[in-house]
Amino acid sequence: MKRKKRLQGLIGWLAPFFGLILVLAIFSSIPEIQDRFLRIANFKSVATQSVIVALGALGMTLIIISGGIDLSAASNLALSSVIVAYAISAGFHPVMALFCGIVTGGLIGFVNGSLITSLRLVPFIVTLGMLGIARGIAKWIAGNQKIDAPLTWVNELMARNPRPSWLLMAPGVWLMIFLAIALAVVLRYTVFGRHVFAVGSNEAAARLCGIRTNRTKIIIYSISGLFCGLSGAMQFSRLTVGDPTVAIGLELDIIAAVVIGGGSLSGGEGSILGSMIGVFIMAFLRNGSTMMGWPNYIQEIIIGAIIVVAVSLDQIRHRRER
Amino acid sequence: MQQNQPCPILLQMKNISKSFGATRALDNVDFELKKGEVHALLGENGAGKSTLVKILSGALKQDEGSMLLENFRYFPSSPLEGKKKGVSMIYQELNLAPHLTVEENIMLGKELHSWGFVQRKEMKRRVRDALELIHHPEISLDIPVRKLSIGAKQVVEIARALMEKATILVMDEPTSSLSQEDSDLLFQIIKRLKAQGVSIIYISHFLEEVQKVADSFTVLRDGKEICSGNMEDTSLEELIQHMVGQKVKEMFPQVEHTTGEVLLSLDKLMGNKMQAEVELNLHCGEILGLAGLIGAGRTELLRTIFALDSVEQGSIKVAYVGFSKGTPWQRIKQGMGFLSEDRQREGLALSRSLTDNLTLSNFSPYCRFGFLGLKKRNEAAQDWIQKMKIKARSPEQRVFSLSGGNQQKVALARLLHQRADILLLDEPTRGIDVVSKSQIYEWMGQLASRGKAILFVSSYFPELLGICDRIAVFHRGQIIDIRHSSEWNVESLMVAATTGKAL
Repeated sequence: MKRKKRLQGLIGWLAPFFGLILVLAIFSSIPEIQDRFLRIANFKSVATQSVIVALGALGMTLIIISGGIDLSAASNLALSSVIVAYAISAGFHPVMALFCGIVTGGLIGFVNGSLITSLRLVPFIVTLGMLGIARGIAKWIAGNQKIDAPLTWVNELMARNPRPSWLLMAPGVWLMIFLAIALAVVLRYTVFGRHVFAVGSNEAAARLCGIRTNRTKIIIYSISGLFCGLSGAMQFSRLTVGDPTVAIGLELDIIAAVVIGGGSLSGGEGSILGSMIGVFIMAFLRNGSTMMGWPNYIQEIIIGAIIVVAVSLDQIRHRRER
Repeated sequence: MQQNQPCPILLQMKNISKSFGATRALDNVDFELKKGEVHALLGENGAGKSTLVKILSGALKQDEGSMLLENFRYFPSSPLEGKKKGVSMIYQELNLAPHLTVEENIMLGKELHSWGFVQRKEMKRRVRDALELIHHPEISLDIPVRKLSIGAKQVVEIARALMEKATILVMDEPTSSLSQEDSDLLFQIIKRLKAQGVSIIYISHFLEEVQKVADSFTVLRDGKEICSGNMEDTSLEELIQHMVGQKVKEMFPQVEHTTGEVLLSLDKLMGNKMQAEVELNLHCGEILGLAGLIGAGRTELLRTIFALDSVEQGSIKVAYVGFSKGTPWQRIKQGMGFLSEDRQREGLALSRSLTDNLTLSNFSPYCRFGFLGLKKRNEAAQDWIQKMKIKARSPEQRVFSLSGGNQQKVALARLLHQRADILLLDEPTRGIDVVSKSQIYEWMGQLASRGKAILFVSSYFPELLGICDRIAVFHRGQIIDIRHSSEWNVESLMVAATTGKAL
């Protein structure tokens, strides 16, 4: 009995990995791409490609657990990347430039949270508005074109072969791993983390128990904004220019990653580990499909199907629990 | 009660009045609570019990009157402040976060932490202590609350209130959704809380249960305090007498009608939300009343008949044709019409026009190749507005701008428009004005005289007695007794509904 329970617990813990393992298994069993797909260099490049979506997904996980949504994530990301480029081209120190970009992201998140709580609007509407506003500001600042910035060490943050070579992976990848662990710890071991779940699970009960739900929400959206800002900085690092039209529609990839990872759009559920797995499922699918020479539209169809399948499997599992 | 020395008074509410618009929900009510007693708050639906405890908890503010808690002025601005002063409320709809664990729920908002990191071990110890205090150490701390039974959820809520150092615990209908077993456990907890000096305000319709747990009582009727006293010195009959009072005779227009053959018959029907099997026959031209307390299972029965909840056992026969599974669409085709008790959310599409609402369940007269004849439809709606004496500017008017009574008439008119032969009416007169009420009674009579069959759910006994041919009484999901209306009176209905025993 006890052993069975432990086994169930183990399966429960491993369940999120199944999807990822399945994707890896399928591509590594196809002989035409097997050796290319399984190379360490390939894994490194997938990891680097995932950084931008992953950082966005970390913040989005907080928001979705709290029962909200952020449609402005990608616009926010683009704006932040433009700010970084603008600051560097204007002669700021790279550290200062990064700081400006990240803070811009945080500020957009703060505005989102404040509008949602003070105007009592649903997050969907506020962030839909912000999707346009942030993108517009980005284009305005960039003068509707790309901003060229001189090369600095910022552009090495996303280099596939980093210097010094003992780093093995790009600094951006390490940053992503570190922040994912940090956020998972915050969600699990801090009072704030509990309150995020409580607000998403039953907001009325949370308020009745003395949780300052509005303040909690503003903090959640601000943190998520900071992650978008950081993601924007990484986007700039990779492109080496500030492009206001970058990452259009990426918010949907970010949301998809969280949802594939077990996040519930009605709040109260989700995990950092799950979201990261969601990011990598999508990244490896793209990677493998490209190697197979499958056209883009095939990838889109597969990912679309995976979202529906993953969420319905999750629901079946929940129904059984009850 | 147990000891002879007078218990100190913990809470005094004086001259509390509260109005909602034109209705006076509370009128100069006095209420006293002693330390360590269980005080029952009694009264019919709408007597003002909930309003009174909401004022106490801080969820509502009184218009007049004052409160003293432990001899200090008490004027909570919110439920949160009330809690801080020691007044905790356990609501009918439970206030737990379903995804959080038992421990997380109990400690919600008062987590122990150092530098923001939760001290799980220490919190678990405290939660375990609290659960042990009410003799429920078997509840696991680490499972999400949504997986617990309703009874266990209630225990969690009580533990949370204890954690908040509650001195007054308000329980609003705590046993209405509990099984007998869970109810007994709750009574044991109440006894232990009492021994620890916690005062409990206990609201319940189940009078025998109240007699078991409460030390004293206060009866409210129509927003006024009728009497209060010791439970021991008062009999069940006296309590009922206080609650019912001498009602003013109301006018129930009588329309001659005769009952014919069986139209709807329920054979050992059991739905997934119902608590027990139900057997019932409804005849053509009959108005059959379903009496009972809120939550006695009448709404669930109607919803099961109309296929809104699924049938698990037994069958439904319409004019001797039996079936069990189905959808509301099929039921409408079979000649049924359902009027929901929740007019605002289920009964009407509030933001749409009268015409839309009236014709929603039957477009066929105006439908040609899938296109609606809008003009014809409006004319028909205009017709119904006149027939039903609905006060509206035009058929285009949106339904939310109508008064409650007129909204209800629109909802009823829809059933008539769809030519339903079996009308399932759930609290059709709740919250509407007297004139509309009496009009609705009259239509029900007329419909019966035209051979339609009506199942009429109401928690207001006089109207059941006034217009029904027969009345069935529900208690905890079961039909206790079915008799002709002339063989019932308000007292016997009340006894049957509250105790489950027919006199």
